Amino acid sequence: MSARQPTPIISVRNLVNRFGKQVVHDGVNLDVMPGEVLGIVGGSGTGKSVLLRTMLGLQRPASGQILIEDRDITRMSDAELLSVKRRYGVTFQHGALFSSLTVAENIQLPIREYFDASPQALESLTELRLRMVGLPVDAGGKLPSQLSGGMVKRAALARALALDPALLFLDEPTAGLDPISAAGFDELVTYLHRGLKLTIVMITHDLDTLLATCSRVAVLVDRKIVVDTLDGIMKNPHPWIQEYFHGPRARAAQAAV
Amino acid sequence: MCRRSEGSVNLARIPTEFRISNPVLFESERSGDGLTLRLRGGWCIDNLREIESSLAQLNEQGRHVRLDFSGIETLDLSGAWLLRNWLERAKHAGVRFEVVGERPAHFAFLDELLEQKAAKPGEPQPAATSLRDAVVWIGRGAVQQGVQTRDAIGFFGRIAATMVRSMRSAHHLRLPSVVRHIYETGIQAIPIVSLIAFLISVIVAYLGAQQLQTFGAEIFTVDLVAISVLREMGVLLTSIIVAGRSGSAFAAEIGVMRLNDEVDALQSMGVDFYEVLVVPRLIGLVVALPLLTIIADAMGLAGGALLSSLLLDIQLSQFIPRVQDALAPTTFWAGLIKAPVFAMLIALVGTYRGMQVRDSSRELGRLTTLAVVQSIFLVIFADAIFAVVFVELDF
Repeated sequence: MSARQPTPIISVRNLVNRFGKQVVHDGVNLDVMPGEVLGIVGGSGTGKSVLLRTMLGLQRPASGQILIEDRDITRMSDAELLSVKRRYGVTFQHGALFSSLTVAENIQLPIREYFDASPQALESLTELRLRMVGLPVDAGGKLPSQLSGGMVKRAALARALALDPALLFLDEPTAGLDPISAAGFDELVTYLHRGLKLTIVMITHDLDTLLATCSRVAVLVDRKIVVDTLDGIMKNPHPWIQEYFHGPRARAAQAAV
Repeated sequence: MCRRSEGSVNLARIPTEFRISNPVLFESERSGDGLTLRLRGGWCIDNLREIESSLAQLNEQGRHVRLDFSGIETLDLSGAWLLRNWLERAKHAGVRFEVVGERPAHFAFLDELLEQKAAKPGEPQPAATSLRDAVVWIGRGAVQQGVQTRDAIGFFGRIAATMVRSMRSAHHLRLPSVVRHIYETGIQAIPIVSLIAFLISVIVAYLGAQQLQTFGAEIFTVDLVAISVLREMGVLLTSIIVAGRSGSAFAAEIGVMRLNDEVDALQSMGVDFYEVLVVPRLIGLVVALPLLTIIADAMGLAGGALLSSLLLDIQLSQFIPRVQDALAPTTFWAGLIKAPVFAMLIALVGTYRGMQVRDSSRELGRLTTLAVVQSIFLVIFADAIFAVVFVELDF
């Protein structure tokens, strides 16, 4: 570990993923630095979700390494992987809240799973998570089916924050939200990032979110990844990237910013 | 996770903040009227239990406290939150705090958070007496029962109406769907139904033969098997298996479609989901169950014949005439006529419970279970009614 150069919190090296004959990733390299917000974009079917699942250790790649805090999760035993999983929080595209549990129980589930906490402490910590994501405290007693789309996303984020992770993965955090809720969520992500010095990796299709929150952008094209700052990536000559950032919808989003 | 981890090579590479395990989270030092509290170690969620017990111990400290945060090695938001809440409570109780050194950064975040969204006072719960609770409980139960009964009647009425329409035109009958359900509930169930019918009749024949042998009347084993299988066992066992197999499948399929809003999608297209989802299943099962019953009857007789020839030395050439003698002309029909009725019960209960699924996966499991339990109960209940009626009619 060199003293000056900050070590990446996640480092993906020469990642190859394939399903049968279809190669999804062919030598993907990506470094996520501590404290940054990295957006991952790409067309449908370019393997954004596969990349996320691989980084989460939910899926073993065909070859390549995923280093999280310098430890290769692709060669880990399940017990070791658990200790890494404990360090990050994830929100899934559709929230993935457990539908038979209340919001509060959803948030408490990981805490109960790992620690032996008293009911008072659980309640207090749940209140904190709910406040952090801007949900009213009485939302804790509700079932996921009683929440609006925006609230589901916030509740999912509250659950992802349950164990005080240093690293947060967000899969399409603003998909399916109205622009006002989406903007509110962007604000929330920025707020938490600023306040808690979280490292955030998010998959998003939403250009507004990308422009509002991300410091760097990774684009999945041609089974590889191109990473650059927002300004840098916009100047990238690749036709898909040009289309993405300079298409009619992109211009509207940028004009708004 | 914060536990001490000697000897583990892999854990040794975890960044330091991850490994701090210091169950002693504070030191206190009394000086004159005041008290100095030096917080130390890991105030992180990993030490949740220790934090709680430390804070509990700190409750009995003095009125004037100097707080020193500088010894804290790791502090995460959870630790900061619990600490801050404790401080607030102690302040309310009249303890004066003096902070020595720097206040942790997380506190500023929490201050900001609390400022932003001023705490809403929790709504006071109405004081409920046990008598009131009981009345409310009974009332709510009664209303729910009433609503459910109304819904059930509405459901069956809709199905009857849809059936009538389906019978009038080929388009409304959804023949491909009906055929699929005949295949899934009927053809695919043949192996398990055959096996169970065969085994049950072997058991009946075996036990019966042992009893009857003591009277030298073992030939009546044939009568026993033939009548019991054709009148009762064949159809009843088949129905119970089908209720377990297909009743649950109906409820689960339709339930998942409800959870995915597929039923709403159908309705929005102006497609009658009774016609598409319920009636094909009903017709399919009404066709399949009698056919399965015939197979079960045949397999039951085969089991009886096999056991008779092996155990009682009654050969097939003797067995068949004996069966013909034993059976009244109506015996076979007395069993088979029940099959469509049972099929309707199973299909109606399964689809009805599937339609009731709302909101959550737990509901899906609950209603699927309910569908199976209720359809088996109704099948047996209906069988009892049939038995009484047949005896009264001398059928």
